[in-house]
Amino acid sequence: MATSYDPVALAAAVALIGILTYACRLSFIALFGRLDEIPPGVERLLRFVPAAVLAALVLPSFVTLDAAAFAPDKFIAGALAAGVAWKTEDVFATMATGMGVLWAVRLLF
Amino acid sequence: MDTSAFRRGARDAVPLLLGIVPFGLVAGIAAVNAGFGLPTAVGLSVVVFAGASQIAALELLRQDTPLSVVVATAVVINLRYLMYSASIAPYFREFTARWKAALAYVLTDQAYALSVASYRSDRPVDRKWYYLGAAVTLWAVWQVTTVAGALLGTGVPDAWGLEFAIPLVFLAILVPAIEDRASAVAAVVGGALAVLGAGLPLNLGLLVGSAVGIAAGVVTERFPEGSDGD
Repeated sequence: MATSYDPVALAAAVALIGILTYACRLSFIALFGRLDEIPPGVERLLRFVPAAVLAALVLPSFVTLDAAAFAPDKFIAGALAAGVAWKTEDVFATMATGMGVLWAVRLLF
Repeated sequence: MDTSAFRRGARDAVPLLLGIVPFGLVAGIAAVNAGFGLPTAVGLSVVVFAGASQIAALELLRQDTPLSVVVATAVVINLRYLMYSASIAPYFREFTARWKAALAYVLTDQAYALSVASYRSDRPVDRKWYYLGAAVTLWAVWQVTTVAGALLGTGVPDAWGLEFAIPLVFLAILVPAIEDRASAVAAVVGGALAVLGAGLPLNLGLLVGSAVGIAAGVVTERFPEGSDGD
C-alpha cells in the first residue's frame, strides 16, 4: 500500500519537517551568548521523548488487541528481538534476530 | 582546512557505521513501501537527514495519516537535537554565523557524541574539522545506504516481510533510551496506550501514547521510589 498524497503535498510535508528539524539543530548553536541553556522544565520533558515516542511507534507493530489481526509470527519475533536488544544494545543483532525469527516461524507453521 | 583532524574524525566514525548501514537501508526500503520514487526518497534523506523521523514519517504516510500528524510526529522525534545543540554550542562559539549554519545541518546523535567526547578529552583537536570529518562521513554513508535501500526495496518480494525491519530498527534504539525507572515508565505507558488506541482515527494512539508517556516519566521522576508522593 503506497501513500495516496500527491507529490506537491508530500514535498511540502518533507520541506516542513526539514525546516523544523534544522531549526532544532541550529537553535542553541546560533543563539549561544543570548540563550545558553535549555530551561530545566523543558529539559525534563525532552529527556522522556525518545522512550515514550519510540515505544508508541514500536509496540503496535508487535502486539494488537484485535484478535482477528493478531500475528503470532510478529509477536514472537518482536519479543525475541527485544531480548537481544536488551542484552546487546546492537542494531544489527536486533534486526538479524527479528527478521530471522519471523522467517523461521513463517517457514515452520 | 586541517586534514589530519578531518581524517581523525572520519576514522572515529567508522565503527559507528555498523549501526548506520542497516538503518539507512531500512529508510530506503520504507521510502519505497510508502510509494516514494528514488528522487523523492533522496530528497527526504538530504532535506531532513534524521533517520528515525524519516522512517516514522514514511510509515505514517504509507497509512495515509493526516499530514499534520506526520509532521508533528517527525518533529517530536527530532526535538532531541535541541539538547545536542545546547550542549555543543559553547564549543562552536568562535565560528562565523555561516559556519555555524553549516555545522548545524550535519548535527546527528553520533556526530554529537563523538565530538563532545573528543573535545572533553585531553587530546587537542581542531574542533571544526574533527566534527566535520565525523559528521560528513556519517552524512555520506547515510545518503548512499538510503539509495541502496530504495533500489533493493523494489526488488524484494512481499513474502519476505521486509517492512518488519522498520519496527525492529526503532526497537534497537528504544532499548538504550530506557536508562532508569522514570524512562521505563515513559516507555511502558507510551507503548501500552499506543496499543490500546491502535484503532483510533488520525493515528491518535501514537500521539496520545507519546504525550501521556512523557508526562508519566516526568511524574515518576518527581516522586522517586519509596516516596509517598505527598
